[in-house]
Amino acid sequence: MRGGGSVGGAGGPMGPMGRLDIDAVEVKVETKVLRRIVPYVRPYTWHLVAGLAFMLLVTVTGLVAPYLEAVVIDRYILNQAGLSGEARAAGVTRIALVYIALFVAGWVCSYWQTFFVAWAGQNVIFALRQKMFNHLQKLSLSFYDNLEAGRIMSRLTNDVNSLNELVSSGILNVVNDAVTLLGTVFILVRLDWRLALFTFTTFPLLWFVATGFRGKMQRAYHDVRRKAATVNASLQESISGVRVTQSFVREERNAQHFDSTNMDNMQANMQAAQVNSAFIPLVEIVSTLGVCIVVWYGGIRIQSGALTIGVVYAFLRYMSRFFMPIRDLSQVYNVWQSATVSIDRIFELLDMEPSVKDSQDAFELPPVVGHVRFLDVTFGYKADLPVLHGVNIDIPPGRTVAVVGATGAGKSSLINLLCRFYDPQVGSITLDGYDLRDVTQRSLHQQVGLVLQDTFIFSGTAGENIRYGKPNATDSEVIAVAQAVNAHEFITKLPQGYNTPVHERGARLSVGQRQLIAFARALLSNPRVLILDEATSSVDAYTEVLIQKALVTLLKGRTAFIIAHRLSTLRQVDFVLALEQGRVVEQGTPEELLRQERGVYRTLYETQMRSLR
Amino acid sequence: MLDVERQKGSDTMGVVIRLLRQVQPYRWRVALALGMVFMSTGLVAVQPMLIRFTVDEVFQAGRWHLLGWVALGLLLATVLRSAFGYLERISMEWIAQRTIYDLRNAIYHHLQSLSFSFYDQAQTGELMSRATADVEMLRRFLSFGILRLTSSALTLVVVMTLLLTMDIRLALVSMVSIPLLVFAIWRFATTVRPRYKQIQEQLGAITAVLQEAIAGVRVVRAFAQEDREIERFRRENWRYLDLNITTVRLWALYFPLMTFLGGLGSTVVLWYGGSRVIAGELSVGAMIAFQTLLMQLVMPIRMLGWLVNMASQAAAAGQRVYTILDTASDVRDKPSAVELVRPAGHVRFNRVSFSYDGKSSVLDDVSIDAKPGQIIALLGTTGSGKSTVINLIPRFYDVTAGSITIDGMDVRDVTLKSLRANIGMVLQETFLFSASLKDNIAYGRPGAKEHELIAAAKAAQIHDFILSLPEGYNTLIGERGIGLSGGQKQRVAVARALLMDPRVLILDEATSSVDSETELAMQRALQAVMRNRTTFVIAQRLSTVRGAHQIIVLQEGQIVEQGTHDTLLAQNGIYREIYDLQFRQQDSTQNQTDKGGE
Repeated sequence: MRGGGSVGGAGGPMGPMGRLDIDAVEVKVETKVLRRIVPYVRPYTWHLVAGLAFMLLVTVTGLVAPYLEAVVIDRYILNQAGLSGEARAAGVTRIALVYIALFVAGWVCSYWQTFFVAWAGQNVIFALRQKMFNHLQKLSLSFYDNLEAGRIMSRLTNDVNSLNELVSSGILNVVNDAVTLLGTVFILVRLDWRLALFTFTTFPLLWFVATGFRGKMQRAYHDVRRKAATVNASLQESISGVRVTQSFVREERNAQHFDSTNMDNMQANMQAAQVNSAFIPLVEIVSTLGVCIVVWYGGIRIQSGALTIGVVYAFLRYMSRFFMPIRDLSQVYNVWQSATVSIDRIFELLDMEPSVKDSQDAFELPPVVGHVRFLDVTFGYKADLPVLHGVNIDIPPGRTVAVVGATGAGKSSLINLLCRFYDPQVGSITLDGYDLRDVTQRSLHQQVGLVLQDTFIFSGTAGENIRYGKPNATDSEVIAVAQAVNAHEFITKLPQGYNTPVHERGARLSVGQRQLIAFARALLSNPRVLILDEATSSVDAYTEVLIQKALVTLLKGRTAFIIAHRLSTLRQVDFVLALEQGRVVEQGTPEELLRQERGVYRTLYETQMRSLR
Repeated sequence: MLDVERQKGSDTMGVVIRLLRQVQPYRWRVALALGMVFMSTGLVAVQPMLIRFTVDEVFQAGRWHLLGWVALGLLLATVLRSAFGYLERISMEWIAQRTIYDLRNAIYHHLQSLSFSFYDQAQTGELMSRATADVEMLRRFLSFGILRLTSSALTLVVVMTLLLTMDIRLALVSMVSIPLLVFAIWRFATTVRPRYKQIQEQLGAITAVLQEAIAGVRVVRAFAQEDREIERFRRENWRYLDLNITTVRLWALYFPLMTFLGGLGSTVVLWYGGSRVIAGELSVGAMIAFQTLLMQLVMPIRMLGWLVNMASQAAAAGQRVYTILDTASDVRDKPSAVELVRPAGHVRFNRVSFSYDGKSSVLDDVSIDAKPGQIIALLGTTGSGKSTVINLIPRFYDVTAGSITIDGMDVRDVTLKSLRANIGMVLQETFLFSASLKDNIAYGRPGAKEHELIAAAKAAQIHDFILSLPEGYNTLIGERGIGLSGGQKQRVAVARALLMDPRVLILDEATSSVDSETELAMQRALQAVMRNRTTFVIAQRLSTVRGAHQIIVLQEGQIVEQGTHDTLLAQNGIYREIYDLQFRQQDSTQNQTDKGGE
C-alpha cells in the first residue's frame, strides 16, 4: 500500500534520504542543555527548597539513631558513669523517648519531602508535555513526513518520563546519598578515627563491586532484550500470518524455527542470571569484611580500654549503610547522561520552527468563490530536488478537476501546496486572487476541505466524527449531510445509531462506510474548495454506487480537485490536469484530451479500459 | 471464548497447581534449589548470634584469644551463605527459564493449530500480551516468587524462634509492632497499588490522544481543529498530573510508616531490653542480637505482602495463558483421516449450511458442483457469504450442516495437511513474512528447486521485478527489508500459491490500490494461475465474471442465481442489477472512449 495513504504518501518525501535522524544525538553532557529546563522549574523553587530541607531532616534523624543506642548501651546499661540504678532506668526511658520521637519526625518529614518534590516534578512534567503537544500542533507537515509517529510519541512519553525521574528522584537522591555518606563518615571519625579509617578500606571494594558489574550486567541485559524482541517479533508475525501458515501447512516448520528462537532467548536469560545472581552475594561478602574488621580491631581497642562496646555496636550499625549510597553515587553520571540526552531531544523538538507559518500581517481569508491559480510554481520537499517544475494552472470557480498521472508525477505535491501544508520555493498560489501566504492558515483551512484516501476516523461516535470540523452543528444538520451522502442508512443500522463509538481508526466500519463518513464530515464543514484523494481499495458493488452518488452531492457548487483512480469518477469531471514528472503536460476538458493521439490522459484511460476487459 | 473474567477467582489454586505441574519434570532441581534456600536461610541467624557471643564472652568476659576466630567465623558464615544464595538463584532461574521455554513452545504450537474461528474473535494485540506479558509474569513468579516466598517464610520462622528462645518476654513485647506492620502493608496494598494501575491507564489515555493527533494530523489541520486537540490532550494530561499527585501523597503516608514501625520495635528493645539488662535479666550481647534480629523481620514481612500480590497477579496471568491452551481447535483430523492424494479437483457443496455462532446462519442450504478445471465466480454484497464459501473448502471452518467433498471424499475425512496442500489460496489482504522473497515464494514448499521458483515467479509476472532488485530473490522484505507495493505483494502471493501447484485454487480478486498497468499485469498473472485448476474466485472484474463457467450470486447466505453470464443476463434478476450497477459502467465508459478516440 502507499505510505500511510496520506497525501504526502508515495509522491512525497518518504524516501530514506528524507528521514531526520534526530535520535542519533551523540551523547554529550552539556550544562547548557540543563539550563534550558530552569525556566520550567523556577516557579517551583520554593517547593524544591522545602523538599530539600525536609530531606535533610530525614537523613539527620536516621543518622542520629545508632548514636543514641550507643549512648544507652555505654552510659546507662554498662554504667560507665557509675550512676544509680534509678538514674540508669530513667536515662534509658528518656533516650528511648527521644529515639521514638526521631522516628515520628522522620515519618512526618519524609511525607512532606516526597510531597513537595513530587508536586514540583509533576507540575514541571505536565507543563513540558503540554508545551510539546501544543508545539506539535503548530509544526508543519514536513515534520511529520520526516519522523515516524513512534519516534514523536517516544519524545512525549519516554523522554519526558526520564526527565521526570531526574527531577523528582535523581537530583535529590544524589544530595541525599552524599549527605548520608558524609554524615556517616563524620560520625565514625568522631567516634573513633582509627577504627573509622580501618573500616573505610572497604570503600574501594564496594565501589569496585558496584561499578565493575554494571558493564557486564548492561551487556547481558542488552542481549536479553534483543533476544526477547526476536521472540516477540516471531510470535507477532505468526499470529498475524496464521491464516497463510495454515493454508500452506507450515505449522511444523514454524514451530521448529520458533523453538530455536525461544532457546536462544532462554540462554541469554541464563547468562544474565549468572551475572546478576553473583552481585548481591558479593556485596554481602564485602560488607561482612567490614563487620569483621570492626569486630576484630574494635575488640583489640576495647581490650586496651580505648573503646567501648556501645561505640563498636554503633560502628556495626553504621556499616550497613555504606553500600546503597556508594552504589547510587557510582551511577550518578549515567542518570545525568541519560537525562541530558532526553532533555536534548525534548528541546530539539520544541526548537523546531514550523516551516509554514502565518505571516506577521496575515489576515482572515474572506469568503471566496473558489478561483484557484498556480503561478509558475516550483516546489521540492528538499529545496534542491524539485518535484514540481513551473506549474501554471487556472481553474475557474465550480469546476471539478481530475488530477491524473503516474505514481510520483507530483499529484500529491500539488494538493499539499493547495492546502498550504508546504510553501513553494518559487511562484505563488492564489485563491480568488489572495496569495495563500498572506492569509491565516486557519481561515484557509476553513474554506479548503480535504478528504483523504485512507480515511481517518477519530475515536468517538459516528456523529462526533461527522461533526469534527464543526463541533457545534445540530443533530438535524448532521443527519441532513449524512443523508445527502448516503451515510444515514448504515449509521442508523449501527447498534446505537449516531452515538455508536467507532474507535481504532474506524475498525468497526468498512472501508466504504468510512469513506462516506468522511464525505459527510467534509460536506458539513462546507468548504469552497474541496480536495479529494479518491480511495482505491475495493468496496462492494453496492457501496461503490453509494459513493459515486455521494460524490455528485459533495462536489456540487464547489471547486474540486480529485486525484482520480476510477474511470467512473472521471466521467463526472469537467477538467483534467495530467502531470508527468512534476510538469503539467496536458490540461483541458476530458473530451479535448481524449482527442489527443498518444496523449498522457488518453494512454492512461486506455490502459485502464484494457485492465477492465 | 477468551472471556476469563467470568471464571476469575474460582480456581486460583488450580492455576498455581497447574503451573507447578509444569515444573514437575525438573522436580529434583527444585528440591536442590529449596535445599539451598534452607541452608542459606539457616545461616542468616549466625551473624547476630556470633556478635552476641563476641559481646558477652569476648568483650565482657575477656576471652580475647577467641577474637580472631570469631571474626573469621563471621566471614566464613557469610561466604557460605553467599555461595548457597548464588546457587539457589541460579538453579531457580534455570527452572523458571526452562519451564517458561516449554510453556512458550506449547503456546506457539497451540496458536498455530487453532482454527480460524478462534482468530476471528481474538485480537492480535491481546494474544500477544498473553504470550509475552503474561508469560513473563509467570516467569518472574517462578524464578523470584517461589524462592522469596520460601526464604521469607523460613526467615520469619527461624528469627522468631530465636527471639522467643532468647527472651520470651522481650520477644513478645518487641513484636507488638508486627501486627501494625502487617496492617500497614495491607493498607498499602489495597489503597496505593490500585492507584498505580490507574496511573498506567491514564498514561495509556494520554498516549492514545497523542497517537491520534499524530496519525490524523492532516485531518486535524484540514479542519482547523488544532485547539480542540490541544484541549483534549490538556484534559488527559491534567488528569494524569492529578492522579500522580494524589497517589504520591498516599504513598508518602504509608511507605515511611513501615520504616517508622520498624523503629518502633527498636525503641521497645532499647527501652524494655535496656531495663532488663540493667536488672540483670538479659546480657548486653543478647540485647544487641535482639536488635539486629528484629530488624531482619521487617524485610521478610514486607516481602510476603508483596509476594501475595505477585502470586495473585501470576494466578490471573496463568489463568489467561491456560485459557488459550485449553481452547481446543474445533477443526481437527479424525483418527481415521486418510491422505488426499492428487485429486482431480471435483469440488461439491452438498446442501451446506454454516453459522459462526450457532445462531444466525451465514450460509443456508448451498449446493455447488464445480467440475475439475472449472472457474466458479462468486458474486454478492458484503456479508452475503461469499468469503465463507471459500473458507469452508480448505476446512478453515467446519460446515454446520451438509458436506463438502473433493473427488467424492468428505473434507472432514481427509487429513488437514493433505487437504490444504492441494488447495492454493490468494487472499485479498496479502500477508507476506519478513524474510527473503525466495523464502516467501517457497513458503508452502521450502524444498522447491530454483527453476521451479523462477517458473512460478514468471507465471505470476513478478520475476522481472525481482531481478531488478540488487539482491534479487534474496532481497529481504517486510520490517527489516524493502517495502513492496500492494500489487507487488499480491503477485508474490500468486507465485507462492502457484509453486504449490494446487488442484484447487481460491482467489479473492482484490483491486487494491495499484495503477492500471500493474492491474493489467496482475490480471494476466491470475489468468495463468487459473488454467487447468478448479478455481473459486470472488470476482471483481468483468473479464473474470464473463469467463467463468459458473456464476453464483449469493444473497444473505443463499444462492439466488446460478448460471453463465448469458443465461443470468437473460434472467433479468439480481445479476442483471449488479451488472448494470457495476459492470455496465465499465462498458459504457469504454464506449465513450471509443467515441472519444474517433
